[in-house]
Amino acid sequence: MKNEVKIHEVDPAQNSRRSFLKLSGLTLVTTGLVLAGCSDNDNDNDMPDNSLPGIRNGVFDLGSGDFGVLTYAYALEQLEADFYTKVVNSSSFNTVFSSVEREVLTDLYHHEVVHRDFFKAALTGALPNPSTQLLPALAFNYGSLNFNSRTEVLATAKALEDTGVAAYNGAGKLIKTADYLLLAGKIVSVEARHAAAIRSLINPNSKDFAGDDIVNMSTGLDDAKDPSKILPIAANFITTKFTAQYLP
Amino acid sequence: MNILKFIESFTDDNLINSTGSRRDSFAQFGNIGKNIALASIPFGLSALSNKAFAKDITATPATPIGALQFALTLEYLENEFYAMALDSGVIPASENGGRDLKVFQQIADHEADHVKFLIAGLGGTMSANFVPKPTFDFTVGGAFDPFNDYPTFLALAQAFEDTGVRAYKGQAANLITTPDLLTAALQIHSVEARHASEVRRLRGLKGWISNAERGAGMPAATQAVYDGEGVTIQAGFNTASAFGAAAGSEAYDEPLTTQQVVDIANIFIV
Repeated sequence: MKNEVKIHEVDPAQNSRRSFLKLSGLTLVTTGLVLAGCSDNDNDNDMPDNSLPGIRNGVFDLGSGDFGVLTYAYALEQLEADFYTKVVNSSSFNTVFSSVEREVLTDLYHHEVVHRDFFKAALTGALPNPSTQLLPALAFNYGSLNFNSRTEVLATAKALEDTGVAAYNGAGKLIKTADYLLLAGKIVSVEARHAAAIRSLINPNSKDFAGDDIVNMSTGLDDAKDPSKILPIAANFITTKFTAQYLP
Repeated sequence: MNILKFIESFTDDNLINSTGSRRDSFAQFGNIGKNIALASIPFGLSALSNKAFAKDITATPATPIGALQFALTLEYLENEFYAMALDSGVIPASENGGRDLKVFQQIADHEADHVKFLIAGLGGTMSANFVPKPTFDFTVGGAFDPFNDYPTFLALAQAFEDTGVRAYKGQAANLITTPDLLTAALQIHSVEARHASEVRRLRGLKGWISNAERGAGMPAATQAVYDGEGVTIQAGFNTASAFGAAAGSEAYDEPLTTQQVVDIANIFIV
C-alpha cells in the first residue's frame, strides 16, 4: 500500500506547517500552499513501480523508482540552494554573521548549488525524455523568515540540513541502482557535515552537533524519513505545485 | 613484512631518543606512513601469523553480513579509542567551556551504541556471524601517544571519523538487497559524518574535506584516509565549474573500498 501525497491549497495553520515550526523553532506566517496528505491509497494495482517523472493530471509528479528518488532529491537540493543563495546575498550578510559563520554559510551555498546543478545535469542526461520528465525550476517563498536575523537563518539552515539528512537516509532503500545509491551516499554525508556545523554554530559548547534530539540515544542512529514525511516540511517554502504519488 | 615487526624495527632505530613532543610525534607518524607505504605489506598473508605477528583483519565479503561485520570491526576500533581517551583524562575538561569533553563523551556514547546495535544485527555474540573485537594498539608500537598528547588524540579522532564516513559509504552497494540493513547503515553513516565535521572543526578545519587534503596538523600517515577525496567529476558532471575544485570536491564525500579501510585499520591492530 502506498501513500499518496497531494498538493492542495491549505490554511496557513495547517499541520505540516506546525511540524516545520517544531523543527526549526521559527515563526513562519504564510506561504501559498503546501504539500500535504499521505492518505492511504488502495489502488496500488494501477500504480506502476517505475512511473517516470512528468505531468499527471496537470501537475508534475516526481514519479517512482530511481528517477523518482533522484527527482525528489533534485527538488530538495533546489530548495537548499535557493535558501543559501538568498542568505549569502542578503544585504546584511556581512554584518549579521561572524567571519566563521560567513565561511560556513558560503561553503554551504556553494555545495548546495553544486548539488542542485548536478541533479539537473544527471537527470537531463539519464531521463528518456528530459524535456517533459525533468522537474522544472521550482519557486520558493519564505514567508516572514527574516534573512537579517542570525537566529532565524541558522535555525532554518539547521532544519533544512537535518531534513536533508533524514530524507536521503530514508530514500536510500528506494534506490535500485548501485551507482545512484553511491551518489546519494556521497551527498548525504556532506549534508550531515553541514547539519553538525550549523548546530555547532548555534550552540557551540555542547553536544548538539549530533544531539540527542536527532541521534537516537539507544541505537546511535540518525533520523531517516520517507518522502511523504519530508515533502510537507519542504513544502512550507516551495510554492510550485508538484506531487509525489508514487513515493512512499 | 609484518606491521608489528616493522614498527618494532622502526622503534629500535628511531624512537629510543624521542622527546615525545607533539611535533616529533607527528613527524614520526609521518615517517612510519612513508615506510609502511614503501614496505607494501601483504596484509592477506597475516592470516598465517603466529603470536609474534599482528593479527591483521582481512577484507570481509561483499555481502550484507560481510558489510555488518566490517562495520562492527570499525566501530570496535572507534569505541575503544574514545573509551580509552575518556579514561585517560587526555581530553581537557574545562577548555572551550567544556566543549571538547562534551563532544567526545557524545561521540563515545554513539560508538558504544553502534557496537551494540551491530552485534545485535549480526544475531548476538553467540551467532556464527559474530566477529570478536581485535586487539588494538593506538600508539602503533609506541610511535605516538594519543592518550597523553591531546593534539595526537584529536588528529587520530579526525582520521577515524573521516575513515568511518568513507568506509560506510563503500559498503552501501553490499547492502542494496537488504533495505532495512541499508537504512540502518545509512543512519550510522550520517552520524559518523556529524562526528567528523565536529572533530574537524574542533581542530580548526572546515567540517568538510577540500580536495584530497588531510588538513593542517594531520600526520602524513593519515593521507591514505584522504586519497581520492578530490574527485570533481560526478556522473560526468564537473562539480568544479561553478565555484572551483575545492568547493566541488567538498560537496561530495568519496567511498573507500573494503581493502583500503582494512589496510588503514590494520595499522592499529596487533
